[in-house]
Amino acid sequence: MRSFLYVLSALAVVALGVWAYQENYRTQEAMREVRALHRDIGAAHERLQMLRAEWAYLNRPDRLRDLAELNFERLRLLPLMPDAFGKVGQIAYPAPALPPITDPVEVSSDNAPENPDAPAEETAR
Amino acid sequence: MIRTPLRPLARILRARDRGENPDRIEAENRRLRHERMQDRARQRAEGRLLVMAAMFLVAFGAIGLRMGVLAGTVPEEPTAQARGNPIIGQRADILDRRGRILATNLQTHSLYAQPPQMVDPEKAATELAAIFPELEAEALQEDFTGARRFLWIRREISPEQMQAVHDIGEPGLLFGPREMRLYPNGAVAAHVLGGASYGREGVSSAEVIGVAGVEKFFDERLRDPGNEGAPLRLSLDLSVQAASERVLQGGMMLMNAKGASSVLMDVHTGEVISMVSLPDFDPNDRPRVLTEGDQGDSPLFNRAVQGVYELGSVFKIFTVAQAMELGLVDPETEIDTSGPLTWGRFRIRDFRDYGDELTTRQVIVKSSNIGTARIAQEIGADRQRDFLGRLGFLDPTPAEMVEAPTGAPLLPDNWSEISTMTISYGHGLSSSPLHLAAGYASLVNGGTRVTPTLLRRDRPQQGPRVVSEEVSARSRDMLRAVVTEGTASFGDVAGYRVGGKTGTADKPRPQGGYHEDKTIATFATVFPADAPRYVLIVTLDEPQIEALGESRRTAGWTAVPVAAEMIRRAAPLLDMRPDVASRRPVGVTLTAN
Repeated sequence: MRSFLYVLSALAVVALGVWAYQENYRTQEAMREVRALHRDIGAAHERLQMLRAEWAYLNRPDRLRDLAELNFERLRLLPLMPDAFGKVGQIAYPAPALPPITDPVEVSSDNAPENPDAPAEETAR
Repeated sequence: MIRTPLRPLARILRARDRGENPDRIEAENRRLRHERMQDRARQRAEGRLLVMAAMFLVAFGAIGLRMGVLAGTVPEEPTAQARGNPIIGQRADILDRRGRILATNLQTHSLYAQPPQMVDPEKAATELAAIFPELEAEALQEDFTGARRFLWIRREISPEQMQAVHDIGEPGLLFGPREMRLYPNGAVAAHVLGGASYGREGVSSAEVIGVAGVEKFFDERLRDPGNEGAPLRLSLDLSVQAASERVLQGGMMLMNAKGASSVLMDVHTGEVISMVSLPDFDPNDRPRVLTEGDQGDSPLFNRAVQGVYELGSVFKIFTVAQAMELGLVDPETEIDTSGPLTWGRFRIRDFRDYGDELTTRQVIVKSSNIGTARIAQEIGADRQRDFLGRLGFLDPTPAEMVEAPTGAPLLPDNWSEISTMTISYGHGLSSSPLHLAAGYASLVNGGTRVTPTLLRRDRPQQGPRVVSEEVSARSRDMLRAVVTEGTASFGDVAGYRVGGKTGTADKPRPQGGYHEDKTIATFATVFPADAPRYVLIVTLDEPQIEALGESRRTAGWTAVPVAAEMIRRAAPLLDMRPDVASRRPVGVTLTAN
């Protein structure tokens, strides 16, 4: 019994050693990865910074105004003036999309060659 | 192990034969056995003690050694923990109130030379001069062939220039990374932002430091790596700022003014939404300080903050508001306006003769100097000084710019009765347009003091009360009347119920006295007058236009139309919807008792 315990503890020590060895190398690997990621983040940050600066530069008010003036023929953009405000009532109510037909009704005109009248449910709302 | 028997038969038989007691043999054997057992046990215990001692020795030795090692090594941060965010060493960005970039950084390169490493200095010098037109080949050649071991050639170069320098193929020309402060919007908000330049410079990096404006005021905060690059958010609105600059630029040209400034401020939070001073400059390429002439003419000069002027009749509303607060007058009180008013050797005149009497309201609407001066006489110097102090006219504005303390108001040395009378209509006390904006905001927002700020705020300022709600409402009512029936009729913008007061002040001569033909025209407005949200101050320096066959310099003809156009452009950008339908008269619900 005792010798069995000895063997067991020796095995445990060996197992712990192996585990610690592996853990050590895995930690080092993870740290290398973290360093690489930090480098990548730094590079990405720098790139992002550059892109943001470029975006801001391309969107500078002077340039946008000049572009709006150059493309007035096509876009007809004007500075936002008080008369640009409207009322909700002035906007046409968007026609609701027709729901999908789930229970088609057979009508006598179904097989007619030509039907000029719209179906009843489309006009009544 | 062979156990020796305690009673060996041979010896016992022999002892019996001799007639001895065989038990003694057993006892003897037993004693010997016990002795052996004792020896073994002692040996074992001693061995264990030895092992224990060795273990303790090793343990204490290890601890001692480790302590020695720890004491002897340089402290080091644990590297085995992954930090969330690598520290960003860049100067923080500056954003406007909606998060648009006002200032950011750009990674560029600097160019330097190490002449000892050069292969062909002559060729390098001529080629560099070809790439950079401002460099001279002779001077470069002298530097390259002289005793210098290191010299900067350019602080910042573009990628194209860098490639061109690469193509020279000179090993003595080297590049270093360099962070550059970029103001992508060019001259927009130039005076507020200020500018940046390099502090300590090294080959691999350089310090970017602010030199003026917000950049300098918040230099520490922007450079602090502990903020991890958290941007600084200003109260400015980029689109409103750009629109204001455009309108003011156009207005300045139309009115033939040599300078102009405007301040748009939220009356409740004190946030400065736009601040323009013309002429302006590009902070990416900040001009040098003037070495001769008047600094006030330099584009670097911020007229809105640093420029202190006698702003003229725009001050009248403060006098009247104070008189109403003190209960001296109400809007319908008749004021003696027969002129000219003589006080000692001074004579106070009106622009026109308005007859013998005007109501207080008419004094403001028609802008009567005499009427205001008479009201001020009743108020007295001490109370006037105290009131203007509570509105912030006696100290520099607390705006977050390094230039703000230089915009200290100019006060009379001796606040005499005549000073009181002239200050009542805006002469004898010089203040900046930003002061005026803060004063108007404090007066019209319901009567609590607001201080101007350039930082984004979320909630209204809860300043000390300056005038009562009722006086504030009556003042707004009068300001609205100035626009609907008085001197600022060009200022009415349909739907925004603009209220305001014009001010035309003759410019003081440097040698004393006043210019006959040079004025500062100011229009101080609040909109909407019944529920104020913004205060706009527009100031034109020496405007002059020909209108209806006359040369005109008054604010009503110059500053007012510019301000109206500015409101027309800025208000929709501030999500203000014109209220055209309800033509309710102002102040009906807040009548005087």
